[in-house]
Amino acid sequence: MSIITENKRTKSVLENSSFPSNEVMLDLKDLKKIYPTPKGDYVVLENLNLQIKKEEFVTIIGHSGCGKTTMLSMIAGLNPISGGSISVLGKHIKGPGPDRGVIFQSPSLMPWMTSLENVLLGVNQVFPHATKKERNDVAKYYLQKVGLEDAFHKKASELSQGMQQRVGIARAFAIKPKVLLLDEPFGMLDSLTRGELQDILIEIWNKEKITAVMITHDVDEAIFLADRVVMMTSGPKAKIGDILDINFERPRTRKSVLEHDDYYTYRKHLIDFLEH
Amino acid sequence: MKASATLVKTANFLGLGIFKTLKDLFTGKLEKEEFKNFLRKSIVPLASILLFIGLWHLGAKSLYNKEAEFKIEKALKDQGPEAAEALKLCMASGKSSCQPNTLPSPSQVWKSFNSLLKDHKIISADKAAFAEKTAVLNEQRAADGKTAIVYTGRPSFVDQIFRSLKTVFAGFLLALLIAVPLGIFIGLSPTLKSAFNWFIQIFKPVSPVVWYLLVFMIVKTLLIESNEDSSFTISFISVGLCSMWATLVNTAMGVSSVDKDYINVAKVLKLGTFQKIFKVVLPSSLPLIFTGLKITLSVAWMVLIAIELLAQSPGLGLFVWEEFQNGANDSNAKIIVAMFVIGIIGFLLDRLMLTIQNWVSFDKTDAI
Repeated sequence: MSIITENKRTKSVLENSSFPSNEVMLDLKDLKKIYPTPKGDYVVLENLNLQIKKEEFVTIIGHSGCGKTTMLSMIAGLNPISGGSISVLGKHIKGPGPDRGVIFQSPSLMPWMTSLENVLLGVNQVFPHATKKERNDVAKYYLQKVGLEDAFHKKASELSQGMQQRVGIARAFAIKPKVLLLDEPFGMLDSLTRGELQDILIEIWNKEKITAVMITHDVDEAIFLADRVVMMTSGPKAKIGDILDINFERPRTRKSVLEHDDYYTYRKHLIDFLEH
Repeated sequence: MKASATLVKTANFLGLGIFKTLKDLFTGKLEKEEFKNFLRKSIVPLASILLFIGLWHLGAKSLYNKEAEFKIEKALKDQGPEAAEALKLCMASGKSSCQPNTLPSPSQVWKSFNSLLKDHKIISADKAAFAEKTAVLNEQRAADGKTAIVYTGRPSFVDQIFRSLKTVFAGFLLALLIAVPLGIFIGLSPTLKSAFNWFIQIFKPVSPVVWYLLVFMIVKTLLIESNEDSSFTISFISVGLCSMWATLVNTAMGVSSVDKDYINVAKVLKLGTFQKIFKVVLPSSLPLIFTGLKITLSVAWMVLIAIELLAQSPGLGLFVWEEFQNGANDSNAKIIVAMFVIGIIGFLLDRLMLTIQNWVSFDKTDAI
């Protein structure tokens, strides 16, 4: 339990400080990605610059194949950088690590493990010195937060897609990353389940305020979740085309967002960008 | 009631769903659709077995007649009409010394099966008597630090079966201990893969007989100082080396084709090599490893017969060979009995592996 309470304490300190924080959490500088092909280099990303502040939720939107996922997997450290740099709190990243939690497009749970074991896989790795009970408590806490208190001991293969992705969310939050990377996590779900999971995600996020970068295809999702929506130009040589600040107050509800006067202005802005 | 439910569950698990239908038939719970299914699953195989035995009977009969006619004609030509007449009478009387030597009929095989069982009972009784007789003496010898006197009589057919099973399991275990770890290393490291690839490609198609000779050359020299019979060692090592390839290839394939998502999760969580292997790679490649192990066990059982025969190691293979050399009038029937026993045990071993696979594997649909 101490891990959770400790976290609450640090959080309350953060809450007292001015919000939003101006400290840069994630810094992408002149980022470049090249795939060599027999016909010469294929440049996916070029001159990509983006700074994401602490406790900020950024969504990234752009056409399919523009290099959004490439960018995200480079931040995660799963894809090598061809040029430029990525740093977290001023430190250049070297390969993947649990300071950058990832929620993948497919839930990517180990199907032979229970949902609890799946979450524990990460928790054990990040809190090796905590007692077994403490680690169990952390895992259970987050599973309960995503509404899976009845499915601790269910095998991941027995869960529905939506429930599997809930475990994916719990696993990502439970390792207390500095940055949360979400690669179209709800893309494979039906719209009802997608809405449910967006609510769950934003509810946990409101508590934890982990800096988040999320890729999405869904304009409404991008607006509902984000502080800023980053629009990427189409590839090759994709870069950031435009950034839109979303000034809705937090915590938000779907209803308040939809009824807000600015909602349709934002929406129009994004759709105009995507259609040109 | 609960016990019977468990029984039905176990039967279904073993792929013997027919027991549930049989139970329903007797308790009167059977639906029409299920009844049709029951017919298909029980009557049809039964009918095909009967048809098989019938064809076998007819075939054996015609072969018998052909052989008999040829023999009589030969006697007529070589020794004259009296000898031919005498041979005809001898054959008709069913005397074993003058029966034509050909494919035995189902009834002869059944008779041989029973006589083998009877033989087993006699030998077992012999053994028990021997053990009783030597019990006191052996105790004395043990106290004096001498080795015990053991029964050295002829092994029965059932003993041979167990000897064969022992050899096959020893060989299978050897294959498992070599092929699974090696397969994991090869699957994980592309360097090791290219180091071992030529080795696998060249040795995989080598015939059991050659494996036996190779092992014989090596083990004979290694055990040159020991007086013990090395035939068991040679045969189980040969069986293991012959059969391990399927497991090796399948394990390497399973390990190298683990879902990229799982590997990414392991990378993001920075799992150590040990944890990565035991928590992610192995469980996910288990279905393929088991497919390999299943093939290995069936190959092991198949080559065992040939290897036992060459190695003169006691077991079903040697039994078949000795019966063939023996040439007694019921030898052919005994060989056919051994053939069926080998087939049925092979089938049971396959079922056993399937059951274990179902037990340990996360993905129940993968079991073939």
